[in-house]
Amino acid sequence: MSSAFTPKVVTANDLECGDVVYLTAGGQWVRQHRDAELLLDADHAAARLILAEAQHGQIVGAYLADAITGQHGPKPVHFREVFRARGPSNLFHGKQSEQNNVSI
Amino acid sequence: MYQYNDFDTGFVKARNAQFRDQVARRIDGSLTEDEFKPLRLMNGLYLQLHAYMLRVAIPYGTLNSVKMRQLAMIAERWDKGYGHFTTRQNIQYNWPRLSDVPDMLDALEDVGMHAIQTSGNTIRNVTSDHFSGAAADEIEDPRPIAELLRQWSTDHPEFQFLGRKFKIAVGASTHDRAVLKAHDLAIRVVQNDTGETGYEVLIGGGLGRTPMIGQVINGFLPRPDLLPYVEAVLSVYNLLGRRDNKYKARIKITLHENGMDKIRALVAERFAGIKPQFGGQDQALLAQFQRDFAAPDYITAPLETFEAAYASDPGFASWVDTNLAAHKNPDYAIATISLKAHGQTPGDATSEQMRLMADVAAEFSHDELRISHEQNVILPHVHKSHLPAVHARLKQLGLATANIGLISDIIACPGMDYCALATARSIPVAQQIATRFDELKLEHDIGALKIKISGCINACGHHHVGHIGILGLDRAGVESYQITLGGDATETTTIGTRTGPGFSYDEILPAIERLVLEYLDLRQDRDEAFIDTYRRLGAAPFKAILYPEGRVKNAA
Repeated sequence: MSSAFTPKVVTANDLECGDVVYLTAGGQWVRQHRDAELLLDADHAAARLILAEAQHGQIVGAYLADAITGQHGPKPVHFREVFRARGPSNLFHGKQSEQNNVSI
Repeated sequence: MYQYNDFDTGFVKARNAQFRDQVARRIDGSLTEDEFKPLRLMNGLYLQLHAYMLRVAIPYGTLNSVKMRQLAMIAERWDKGYGHFTTRQNIQYNWPRLSDVPDMLDALEDVGMHAIQTSGNTIRNVTSDHFSGAAADEIEDPRPIAELLRQWSTDHPEFQFLGRKFKIAVGASTHDRAVLKAHDLAIRVVQNDTGETGYEVLIGGGLGRTPMIGQVINGFLPRPDLLPYVEAVLSVYNLLGRRDNKYKARIKITLHENGMDKIRALVAERFAGIKPQFGGQDQALLAQFQRDFAAPDYITAPLETFEAAYASDPGFASWVDTNLAAHKNPDYAIATISLKAHGQTPGDATSEQMRLMADVAAEFSHDELRISHEQNVILPHVHKSHLPAVHARLKQLGLATANIGLISDIIACPGMDYCALATARSIPVAQQIATRFDELKLEHDIGALKIKISGCINACGHHHVGHIGILGLDRAGVESYQITLGGDATETTTIGTRTGPGFSYDEILPAIERLVLEYLDLRQDRDEAFIDTYRRLGAAPFKAILYPEGRVKNAA
């Protein structure tokens, strides 16, 4: 493991509704960033991405996104991923409007 | 207005049935995303940041009340109760589910609409002057040729796999309201010295990462030559244009690399070869479309109610002064409905608002509506006696904002609130500027000022041609906004000049405020618009106010 590796999560969009999804340690796709598996190792991250890409019947466009450890689980790093994890800023739509969400 | 005939209906129904089957096969796993993506894009379906997005064409921006009500119904039934009108006279639904899209497309077909070729490397929705058919300064209604081009380009077998997307716009006025010179190909209806009507053809315009202004390839094309000539241009571009690099694949680069003389000669050669294949059916169709787009039966009525309301109601008078344009019939007006209420998302309309606009159009605008590339809605034919009633109805749902052409009438692309390509947000920047200048109560004092905001270099928000352009970028993981000044989207098209280093998300509103307040100090009088002051003084005083000395040094 390289010491320079930035932790990652596997993220994609749900095939049916397009919503942003994240891969858990158990191999499930979930809607909340905090529930994602935080990948600390480049080889493990690459393996999880291959697993994700094989699930083309459930998701679209899997990729690795930088993340860090937060109080409630992994948190996004880049502002694009913050918006994907929350929803648009002009209307209270998307994940931010769904129940059981916490601020990230 | 053109209505689908049996052929059109059959074609769109068949296409929708194909796509329904393709969606089903994607969902059941028979198709991979790589296989499905080109199919969905051919039908206007994108996958964006938070959801799918369906882009529906509004050909040359023209709608009637039936179509507008259907757009409202679709938004309510399969989306979140609103739609977003775009700079290419489309409407975008931001939240459809994949499995619902075939039903949405069928609902569009029910009213003679579709989403075909609103994406992909094809000829896109043909756009036009949003005052077409009504403008006092037009030679003729440009929509018949827009419809001719639409029918010719739809599913044209030679042009389904171009090197890149291809945007066509048409206009017929001396004043360009369709940003003709920023299109891959533009047609301007003109008259020659003998009074004969024909077409000026421009190619190679475009914004995006390499903004270029369209150049005249043919100064006067006789009427019957329109389709074969445009087909010749596309044919030459299709073969000559680059396919090795998507950023160099638009016709503007083909023109830049090959030169106009070479392209003009190749087009002439190709034209000579294909012209004999056009046996006159296109001209027969054009004659039919000219009948379809015949002027409405104008009414005559006294104007006292209008004059009385104008004298007694300051809110109405302000709306009249700001939102109306001259109609070819002096008793009529072209009324622009602002979708830019201060603090709202530019171009968004709720289903309720769409229905109201449909009702008002049916009652007071000879059942016609237009969508402008500036993301507003037009009532093209309102008798002046009806204007007080129209204004009162629009006010009911926040649609009577008197700000057309002013600082809050901002073009903004969806930006990173929705778009997967965006590098920064646009919408909240527009909202903040509009809200701030409304608070300052300076909007009408500032006068004509076009602010245009794009959330990435692709320039859907036309920032290059804004008097003030704002481009949102990702600089080292932070949103950063570049300002350009001096752009112009009219017949005197000009690409704006970047002022200097970008501003952070928190800095961009104060920067715009400094810039505009400085303009108020610099202008000679109230009649000198921002763009005129900029042209008189150049960028220097504006740069000085944007970048105090230390900052420029630090940024250099």
